[in-house]
Amino acid sequence: METTPVLERCRAILAGGAADAVARWKGPAIGCFPVYTPFELYHAAGVLPVGLFGAEGRVELAHADARFQSFVCSIAKSTLELAFQKKLGGLGGLVFHSICDVARNLASVYKRNFPELFIEYIHLPQNPNSAAGPAYMQSELRRVLGRVEQWVERKASDDDLRRSICLYNRARALMRELYALRSASPEKVSAVEAYQLVRAGTYLAPEAHSEILVDALAEIRARQGKRMDRIRVIIEGAFCEQPPLGLIEMLERAGCYVVDDDWVAGWRWFTSDVKETGDPYAALAEAYLNASRPSSTRHDWRRPRHEELVERVRAHKAQAVVFTPAKFCEPALFDYVLFRRTLDREKIPHLLIEFEEKMWTFERTRTEVETFAESLLFD
Amino acid sequence: MAEYKGSVHEHSKKIMTDWYGQLAQACHTGAPSAYIMITGNCVEILRAFDIVPIFPEVNALQLAIRKQSLPFILKSEEMGYSSDNCAYVKCDAGFTAEGGIGPDAKIPTPNLIVCNFVGCNVYIKWFEHCAEYLKAPLFMIDVPFLREDELRKDDLTYVVAQLKELIAVCEKVTGKKFDIDKLREVCDHSRRAEDGWARAKDLCKSSPAPFDAYFDSINMMGPINVLRGSKEAADFFDAAVVEFEEAVAAGRGPLPEEKVRIVVEGPPPYPYYRAFRDLFAAWGAVAVQSTYSTVGGIWEWGYRHDSKKPLESIAEHMIVHNICNRPLLKRYDQIKRYVEEWKADALVIHSIKSCRLFSAGQGDMRDYFTNTLHVPTLMVESDLEDPRYYAHAQMKNRIDAFFESLEHRRLVARS
Repeated sequence: METTPVLERCRAILAGGAADAVARWKGPAIGCFPVYTPFELYHAAGVLPVGLFGAEGRVELAHADARFQSFVCSIAKSTLELAFQKKLGGLGGLVFHSICDVARNLASVYKRNFPELFIEYIHLPQNPNSAAGPAYMQSELRRVLGRVEQWVERKASDDDLRRSICLYNRARALMRELYALRSASPEKVSAVEAYQLVRAGTYLAPEAHSEILVDALAEIRARQGKRMDRIRVIIEGAFCEQPPLGLIEMLERAGCYVVDDDWVAGWRWFTSDVKETGDPYAALAEAYLNASRPSSTRHDWRRPRHEELVERVRAHKAQAVVFTPAKFCEPALFDYVLFRRTLDREKIPHLLIEFEEKMWTFERTRTEVETFAESLLFD
Repeated sequence: MAEYKGSVHEHSKKIMTDWYGQLAQACHTGAPSAYIMITGNCVEILRAFDIVPIFPEVNALQLAIRKQSLPFILKSEEMGYSSDNCAYVKCDAGFTAEGGIGPDAKIPTPNLIVCNFVGCNVYIKWFEHCAEYLKAPLFMIDVPFLREDELRKDDLTYVVAQLKELIAVCEKVTGKKFDIDKLREVCDHSRRAEDGWARAKDLCKSSPAPFDAYFDSINMMGPINVLRGSKEAADFFDAAVVEFEEAVAAGRGPLPEEKVRIVVEGPPPYPYYRAFRDLFAAWGAVAVQSTYSTVGGIWEWGYRHDSKKPLESIAEHMIVHNICNRPLLKRYDQIKRYVEEWKADALVIHSIKSCRLFSAGQGDMRDYFTNTLHVPTLMVESDLEDPRYYAHAQMKNRIDAFFESLEHRRLVARS
């Protein structure tokens, strides 16, 4: 695997996980279960938002299997297991969102078994068409911040919130730049590297993440890179449970340039900056309703996701879509049906490979991907 | 074989058959119709416009009971649905793909698809797919999940605003002006049905209970869920209550002898509904309460639709008073109350693969009831729609072992 000083910094941050993140921050921290969460609220109240993506294969399930059935996704079970094994790394609270039925029930199971933790559940709006949407979203943001303020006994002013918005805007804009650069010149930055650069941000304060991204972008732009015989693909479906790094590496080695993906989607949620002036709640609500990336966890029939996927394929000059839903992931598996139907209509090739966070061998999947890539390269 | 005896069952069958007839007629006449979901819905608004409500869930359920669901499920899997997707949706998708909806079928193409997003995220996907397959306009009602103990004013405002937006859409679809007095009348019918349903369930506190509050409730879920808001449903429950009160006075229950009183959590395995029921009847086990019978609304504790504030009461029902929009922990409280107030001996959890809203985390529920509350609890698994997940021999073994052990504990306690 290639390496640079920036990437080494990222790997160290990733290896240190939540525990190191909390130690660096020296203050309260909240674990954010996927997908999107209003990071700025916590940050404004002095709470570090930390990415909560389960145990990613690092712990054996000794308790969670008795609470959740076999047909439930790994991330839900391993996230619960972290608390049972006291491996939350100093997170004093967790926040869950209305992304699916499992996540919702997970919040309840957490509440009952770990009453010492601050647990919050956010109902993000699913009707962006409604004229009442902005008022609802603003009220939900105020409610959540009010609860966080009570938890940490610290108030966040509108100025604090606007400052946090600026900081997260900067980090998100840099991630958008990284993705644009990768799409334009995938030979200069691998999917594995881009993933680690983004993922490191889930353990960092936004300004620290921006520093890393600035350094990384400067270094990447200066690279030469040699274009290889690979197909340009969009990866879709791993917006919650994250694929093992080995899977991402395998996709590239098997012949794919990843020109777009939905990994760590919640931390790259907005397609443009949130307004930094005026009422910050209104700004965040407006951004959520009108500048969110398409997601299997968000209904927006103004622009159905299956049609948007085709637009994205064209915009990135992708040759194919590789669906990588996590096993048992309801939103992704449902969306696959309409995605597949639409891509077939548009004659865009596609492949489906399911994964689990705890996978560690990819040979069979590699053969599938290689065959698929070769069929397109040499067609 | 357990057989529910009484005219309530026959009456329920008749009015449901009439409803299916209404749907078939709408295929020919083109009368406006709309898809809507069962749980925490605003069917009152559709009825105020004489829009025929269509419930894809009920159609899926009926197909499963008639053992006709599997071919449609298999068809949907050819279309790309996963074995891990909800089989209710798959059955409906396959049914639609095979021409089950439309002017030449028995269920009309809806003029409108109203998705009441009330807890169940799968509802959103299901109706997005229906909108795509049927090219029908989709109206989403986003009902905020009950995140705190009390109803939030901002949540109520949001839902009421969306109901008004739906009303404007219904006016366009039907060409009729909204008539608030008609809505009030519909809400009065709903309230009367809810009074009857609540009274019927309350009668199951008697010993013996006059009907099985799980298996027989499922018959009555037709009138309370599908036909709520109609005079027929209200009249049905008035008549049902009379029959059940007579049964209580006569000491009559659905079985020759009520030996064990159970609360049942979760939907039944519809493709094996009768066989499943018989496994409990063999032990004299009668359900005195059930959570599944509250998907359409929790009426036990006094909440009613209110013709004096129709939109607010519809919205509050959608947010607060149905099982699906409430957190899992509130379901634990609901079951605990059922066990205590209906004096149940045990809890049976039927965990179904299709429905993560109901099932994800039921292991924790079992832990709570068994280890914290010391309520004898049985958990069995299959599916509500897909017959491939039901293993009769294993099911029988688990149920027999549980009731045998319960019987033994009682013997020991008596001696």
